[in-house]
Amino acid sequence: MAGRVIVVTSGKGGVGKTTTAANIGAGLALLGRKVCLIDADIGLRNLDVVLGLENRIVYDLTDVVEGSCRLRQALIKDKRTENLYLLPAAQTKEKDAVAPDQMRTLCDELREEFEYILVDCPAGIERGFKNAIAGADEAIIVTTPEVAAVRDADRIIGLLEAAELYEPRLIVNRIRPQMVRKGDMMGIEDIIEILAIDLLGVVPDDEDIIVSTNRGEPVVMDRRSRAGQAYSNIARRLEGIDVPFLSLEDDGWVARLKRAILGHS
Amino acid sequence: MIDFLRQFWNRDTDSSKQIAKERLRLVLVHDRVNVSPSLLEALKVDLMEVISKYMEIEETGLEVNLDKSDNSVALVANIPVKRMKRAVDQSR
Repeated sequence: MAGRVIVVTSGKGGVGKTTTAANIGAGLALLGRKVCLIDADIGLRNLDVVLGLENRIVYDLTDVVEGSCRLRQALIKDKRTENLYLLPAAQTKEKDAVAPDQMRTLCDELREEFEYILVDCPAGIERGFKNAIAGADEAIIVTTPEVAAVRDADRIIGLLEAAELYEPRLIVNRIRPQMVRKGDMMGIEDIIEILAIDLLGVVPDDEDIIVSTNRGEPVVMDRRSRAGQAYSNIARRLEGIDVPFLSLEDDGWVARLKRAILGHS
Repeated sequence: MIDFLRQFWNRDTDSSKQIAKERLRLVLVHDRVNVSPSLLEALKVDLMEVISKYMEIEETGLEVNLDKSDNSVALVANIPVKRMKRAVDQSR
């Protein structure tokens, strides 16, 4: 098996990288794919908490790289989803405990066993970023409809290109359709036009995310959630399935009622 | 109803979305040039080549910069001219 290594990055912090990585990973696992999530944010690990796996960590990425344990010992199996595994980051070590070459070797090893390896990249463009992208074949950029976030996304696109990671795809997170309609938020077309890259998904700003993060369960498991549906669509697009983008129009009570009753497919 | 009316109000350039887009456009012009200073260098070389067809210029005094004012970015080139050529062959 030769899995795909995909890095989830953004430049700016707080735009939802970790939530995005967790939900795409869980979404792909729900589709029956074997997925490994790597938390590359050494010193500030979060992916474990978002997935609700924080109590199961024994070994971490740095231990694997240093040879203190075998790769298998550090991988944590998700409690709800078959096929989903987490390789947590070290919480007490420095970012330079890992080198880009070591990340590349690690990713190649994981490729043998998993169909998808998703790397959750730390914010910033320094060592942590360089580590996270080192082993990747593809990149997903997460942004929000704000000037600062889109600006940083633009910078990241340039840096990825310099690292020979071409054609990254964009996820616009936390969009608020009503504000876009009122002319108080940049819309998808605006952002795509400025960044000139392909769109992978649009995730609406959704309170369900906060609730699911509180519980440590990816929102993609909640079939009635609008954000969950968006993540599920992104997972299917990665699989090469042509899924139309969620219409920002059908946000009325009829659509919400329909989702509440039927759930999303 | 108020929302409905506001939609019409905001169609003009004052909506905060338009402001955001415009600010982003300007900031990216600068960011992208800063990321690749080689772009301005390449432009300089090309400019010299074109202008030299029409006049003799001081190559060492050539300055090319992007100037940013409040709401626009301009390409400003300062090119000292040593001598004009007498006749320019228009057919070329």
